[in-house]
Amino acid sequence: MDWEILLQQLLNGLVLGSVYSLVALGYTMVYGVLGLINFAHGEVVMIGALTAFSVGRLLQALLPGLPGPVVLLLATLAAIPVCMALGFVIERVAYRPLRYAPRLAPLITAIGVSILLQHIAMLVWGRNYHSFPQYLSNEPFNVLGASLTLVQVVIVVVAVAMMGGLMLLVHRTRLGRAMRATAENQSIAGLMGVDINAIISVTFIIGSALGAVAGVMVAANYGVTHYYMGFLLGLKAFTAAVLGGIGNLGGAVLGGLLLGMIESLGAGYIGDLTGGVFGSNYQDVFAFFVLIIVLVMRPSGLMGERVAERA
Amino acid sequence: MADWLTGMKRDPRARWLGVALVALALGVLPFVVGAAGGRGWVRIVDFALLYVMLALGLNIVVGFAGLLDLGYIAFYAVGAYLYALLASPHFGVHLPFWVLLPLGASVAGVFGVLLGAPTLKLRGDYLAIVTLGFGEIIRIFLNNLNAPVNITNGPQGVNMIDPIAFGGFSLGHTHRIMGIEVPSVHLYYYLFLALALSVILISLRLENSRIGRAWVAIREDEIAAKSMGINTRNIKLLAFAMGATFGGVAGGLFAGFQGFVSPESFILMESIVVLCMVVLGGMGHIPGVILGAVLLAAMPELFRHTIVPLQRELFGRIVVDPEVVRMLLFGLALVLVMLFRPAGIWPSTTRKRELAS
Repeated sequence: MDWEILLQQLLNGLVLGSVYSLVALGYTMVYGVLGLINFAHGEVVMIGALTAFSVGRLLQALLPGLPGPVVLLLATLAAIPVCMALGFVIERVAYRPLRYAPRLAPLITAIGVSILLQHIAMLVWGRNYHSFPQYLSNEPFNVLGASLTLVQVVIVVVAVAMMGGLMLLVHRTRLGRAMRATAENQSIAGLMGVDINAIISVTFIIGSALGAVAGVMVAANYGVTHYYMGFLLGLKAFTAAVLGGIGNLGGAVLGGLLLGMIESLGAGYIGDLTGGVFGSNYQDVFAFFVLIIVLVMRPSGLMGERVAERA
Repeated sequence: MADWLTGMKRDPRARWLGVALVALALGVLPFVVGAAGGRGWVRIVDFALLYVMLALGLNIVVGFAGLLDLGYIAFYAVGAYLYALLASPHFGVHLPFWVLLPLGASVAGVFGVLLGAPTLKLRGDYLAIVTLGFGEIIRIFLNNLNAPVNITNGPQGVNMIDPIAFGGFSLGHTHRIMGIEVPSVHLYYYLFLALALSVILISLRLENSRIGRAWVAIREDEIAAKSMGINTRNIKLLAFAMGATFGGVAGGLFAGFQGFVSPESFILMESIVVLCMVVLGGMGHIPGVILGAVLLAAMPELFRHTIVPLQRELFGRIVVDPEVVRMLLFGLALVLVMLFRPAGIWPSTTRKRELAS
């Protein structure tokens, strides 16, 4: 086995995994508080990426002299509030009225919202792939024989910073305590004076902000954005959340990183392992098999608590 | 009005007259539609019947048992590809319809069990995600299994599929029956109608059977159902397999009718479309689901004849693709129906009572 290739795949996996972790946090936070899978989260990520793309292009047209990193920063800062607002509206319109309805109802509205967002994005941005400009230098540099770009380093650093910030928020602040209390038991938290509705809204807003950043990262890493990018990304991030133990923040991060590694190593080596029968075009399948295996072997995930049917 | 209806239901003669009238109407439908709008419209009616079968299959899973399946079209794909591969020059195999119909049904059913077994023990949300993934995986495999051994012919799909035939009687071309010229689409209409009617009959009989009641019990309260002695896992698996079987049958018919299959026909949106038919029509209510299927199957054509000319009139060109309008409306409808009319446009009386009280 070639060390440099292995290291390269691991680094790619780390970059991919950081993005999955950020998106997975959005799923797991909502799940922790509401016990509901927010199907539309992948679409929020997609809207974030496309908003950043448009804002970036606008900025470059208006202020051609602006350096790339500044444009990227401003575009990301513009995408975050858009996604926050979107997350807030989604919860308000599609989930809140159905909070005490049968389980199937919010799942179906979530699908509806997802389809709606996808096709609105298709109307606004068209069916084509948009190439996301290289705002950061994509000159590769050498790390122990593997190559890495500045974009990838920034992705990992920002992801780690955001996850750290979230952990601090959830475990060290008053708001975080209210969130944990709501996740533990909604009605008791309400009795203790926690404004449940506000906390649930805040959870959606924070998750969507993380999603917006993740969307920009994906776009910057692959250099393309597309109205359909949220679907597969969302599916994989959800897998990451399940792998780590849904509802558990640390689990989402771990699951995301692991899934990134599995995908990257799998895509890199499946050709050799199967003697060329399967190629890297099956990369998207791994996440799904991981999901099935986790659900069969350990449905509570690596770090999760028991997932029982709530009566 | 209600009195008049119940009065008619009680009178057996009126009832038989009603059945005879409906049978006559269904019998002459392709000729009427064909005369009024051409064969293209008969084709649409054929597809509507296929969608009726699909929607009723999904209705067993979503409507009766309350399990959200988002990859239902994968079973349709399994049925279609099985037919395509075993009745086309692709492998040089040409099995008869009588073999392929039960084979497609059972293979799709096995896939249903394989997919359901690991997930049905868990909560419904997981099932939704896993089925969503499964639908996508099947498509990825169909797209990529052309190398190193060419099984599915990849994105190009399989073509020149044999038309459905009974012995020497092929549905693929026009026949002259008792002096009347019956084109191919009309023949397919009668086959699809017969199968759709049997699917409806099976659904109706299942609904009030021991199994059907068990499904509804699980949907309403799984723990209570379990404590009443229902083997919830097996009964859920049965719902899943049964729904998949219907999907497989419809898939085989699709392949024979179309003469061509490709992974493009089995994208996620197709699953969503079938789900919309079930949800909008009225989950768990068979007449509602049939209505939903017929309405939504006719919608793209309707749009082509209204939205496209309307846009040409207003803007001088097509601004919004009718397909996008359709999907936007579907998404909106899913949300609005769940919020304001959770039992669908034609709900069953029991559900209406439950929701009213």
